[in-house]
Amino acid sequence: MAVNLKHFLALGAVVLTTAALAWAGSDTQPKAKGAPQPVISKAVKGEQCVEPTEYMRRNHMVVLDGHRDKAVIEGIRTKKYSLKECINCHASEKTGSVAAAKDDFCISCHSYTSVKIDCFECHSTKPKGSIAMHPLNAETAHLKHKLAANTKTTVSAEEMAGVAQ
Amino acid sequence: MSELNQNAENAAASPERRRFIGAATATAAGLAIVPGVMLYEVAHGRAEDQAASSAVRWGMLVDATKCATGCDDCVTACNTENGLTPVAESAHPKQAPQWIRKLELQDPLTQMETNLPMMCQHCAEPPCVDVCPTGASFKRADGLVLVNRHTCIGCRYCMMACPYKARSLVHESLNDTQKPDVPRGIGCVESCTFCVQKIDRGDGTTACVEACTASGHNALIFGDMNDPESEISKKLRELPTKQVRADLNLNLGVRYHGI
Amino acid sequence: MASITFREVEGSSPKYWMLFGALGLFVLFGALAWNTMHHYGHVVTGMDNQIVWGLPHVFAVFLIVAASGALNVASIASVFNKPMYKPLAPLSAILSLALMLGGLLVLVLDLGRSDRLIVAMTHFNFKSMFTWNVFLYSGFFGLVGIYLWTMLDRSVKTYSKAAGTAAFIWRLILTTGTGSLFGFLIARELYGTAMLAPMFIIMSFAYGLAIYLMVLAAAYAWTGRTLGDAVMMRLKSLLVVFVAAVLYFVVVQHLTNLYFAKYHAVEAFILRDGGIFTSLFWIGHIALGCVAPLAILLSRLGKQRSWIMVACAFVILGGLAQMYVTIIGAQAFPLDMFPGLNEKSSFFDGEVHSYVPSVPEIFLGLGGVAIALLVTTFAVKVLRLLPASLDDETVAKLEH
Repeated sequence: MAVNLKHFLALGAVVLTTAALAWAGSDTQPKAKGAPQPVISKAVKGEQCVEPTEYMRRNHMVVLDGHRDKAVIEGIRTKKYSLKECINCHASEKTGSVAAAKDDFCISCHSYTSVKIDCFECHSTKPKGSIAMHPLNAETAHLKHKLAANTKTTVSAEEMAGVAQ
Repeated sequence: MSELNQNAENAAASPERRRFIGAATATAAGLAIVPGVMLYEVAHGRAEDQAASSAVRWGMLVDATKCATGCDDCVTACNTENGLTPVAESAHPKQAPQWIRKLELQDPLTQMETNLPMMCQHCAEPPCVDVCPTGASFKRADGLVLVNRHTCIGCRYCMMACPYKARSLVHESLNDTQKPDVPRGIGCVESCTFCVQKIDRGDGTTACVEACTASGHNALIFGDMNDPESEISKKLRELPTKQVRADLNLNLGVRYHGI
Repeated sequence: MASITFREVEGSSPKYWMLFGALGLFVLFGALAWNTMHHYGHVVTGMDNQIVWGLPHVFAVFLIVAASGALNVASIASVFNKPMYKPLAPLSAILSLALMLGGLLVLVLDLGRSDRLIVAMTHFNFKSMFTWNVFLYSGFFGLVGIYLWTMLDRSVKTYSKAAGTAAFIWRLILTTGTGSLFGFLIARELYGTAMLAPMFIIMSFAYGLAIYLMVLAAAYAWTGRTLGDAVMMRLKSLLVVFVAAVLYFVVVQHLTNLYFAKYHAVEAFILRDGGIFTSLFWIGHIALGCVAPLAILLSRLGKQRSWIMVACAFVILGGLAQMYVTIIGAQAFPLDMFPGLNEKSSFFDGEVHSYVPSVPEIFLGLGGVAIALLVTTFAVKVLRLLPASLDDETVAKLEH
């Protein structure tokens, strides 16, 4: 059986290889019930994302994709949908990053849903300068106490399942 | 959907940028038809929602007669600006990316020595763009030859094709040491971008040029070669310059004086 | 015309499974090698920013070139109507598919971002020879696959000649494309010539046939089937012509370069001062890969089967040496940006670049070879590719 499978793979050529590669590269996380729920920290800065939370949970990759092509190929570097701006607001206060620790904004959900993030092979996970130094910080400093009271919300598994779909 | 469009209008912008956009849009209608000076002005400080324009061609003039022996301020500035590990500190010097390097030339017959920085020449007819299978290697409208790391598969065919050895593969993980403005990463090919992040910010210059000027050598001039009034265009009219491997007829964005 | 009985190889002996296991082991090593390279990046290879294509490319290009050459035997049968080659055609087709698969796997698994292979299948730049090759390789699988089908299925047998002709034309274009991967590069002295396309075609004839002969002889010897001298001698003569043609092309290429002052330095490097590359060129490519096989095959030794096998092995080794010199040797010689001046920099300008392949690269390359052989080994077990007998009498009947 194992032998047959090996041959099937070999003969299946490029298409199967692609699938295998994609699979091999992905992070596998336990999906069993009782697995740690994703922790979604509230953005350190700003009160409202560029789109409603529900929309962003499902479509952040789409808008990021569109923005990145415009930015790289045409040089249109608007702030809205810019990954840099995501990081500016969502970098964790503790690590100063969106993907350094397992509870950080991007990693938390992505490891829960077992979706590999390819952004941070190349992009910095941290805002420009330290988080305290960020120019936008002054404007949102008054929100700090609010955030401290409610930094973390857990998301139900059902909600995440919806997002994953 | 209409909500989305509304949000697009509300995109946040810094106050300075806002003022600039205002000034730029005020002249926008005229700019579309009037070439020359006005076009050049908008190019040097493009609004952030405006695409790079082919009315501009960024270029660099290297005056090798002013380039000092032993000085590598341009290389250091490039490393700092773009977040590259200096080759001297790299554990794998042969695999370390170098975007700009100091080249020492010597004529074996006359012993005459020449110093110059070598980097991506931002060809108008770039061989790296021709050979790239996915189109990741591309030339932007304003003449910058760049790598789209989202579609680069790391085949290194562009490195085989470049006559200037301008490109490097990132051989190992950078472990989040990248600059937020300069994404770069393992398995992708990269090269000098003429500090595209600075250009798009409206600086109108590059880190190496700034460093060379700061050091007092003034061997590098950067600017819009399409604008006859720019410093670089004026200098190019005065000084005899050459393109490296001019025989290949690639129409380079970097011109050298004194080689 | 007498009919020929094709029969599967039984493939139940311990020897078969040992061969199978050994090849499987090398495939496994290849997979581990890829995993290492993918995990750590190309820092674990001997490749660097000077030698950007290394041993994996030597193996990949060799296998791809040999793949199109291995189809030759089938082409002679269907395109040129030589009935004696008809029974040899199915093995020729499957071997070419298997070699192509092995070569392509090595090529794509060496990518800096091999996890992004899908990008290469969805984003195309049609000015790139690489893009053209993506289509040429895919088309090759399709056309040779159809051709093989027309050979194995009686109901579509009438289309065999058409399919064979299409596959033949395609493989010529394909190898033109492979040679042009290098031929279309302006940067390096040893590339950038139309010579590379026809040279690669003739090399494919030689390497592909050498591999075919070895696989054929091994298959018949190990299964106890009869392989008559008529077949061996005919294929041997063909190999002589191909190897001589390779030698001719190489001589013409270097003689032409030697006439141009601008190529003197790089020719001196390859032919005289290049150390390992010079050795590989003269000893590997010329002596072992061309002169020795010609001497063996044209002398009385060429009548003995074991010596024919030795000659084939030499052609294959010589072919690998040639690819090493063509691919790595050309990069080892520094780019001449300022002709006539000495160059020095932190980026190793003006220096001859050294290259030592690392263990993962070696096993990745060997893994490709192993995949090709493993696929062939398996295919002859499940498909009726090999005639039950190729003794002289059976073969002689075909001629009439």
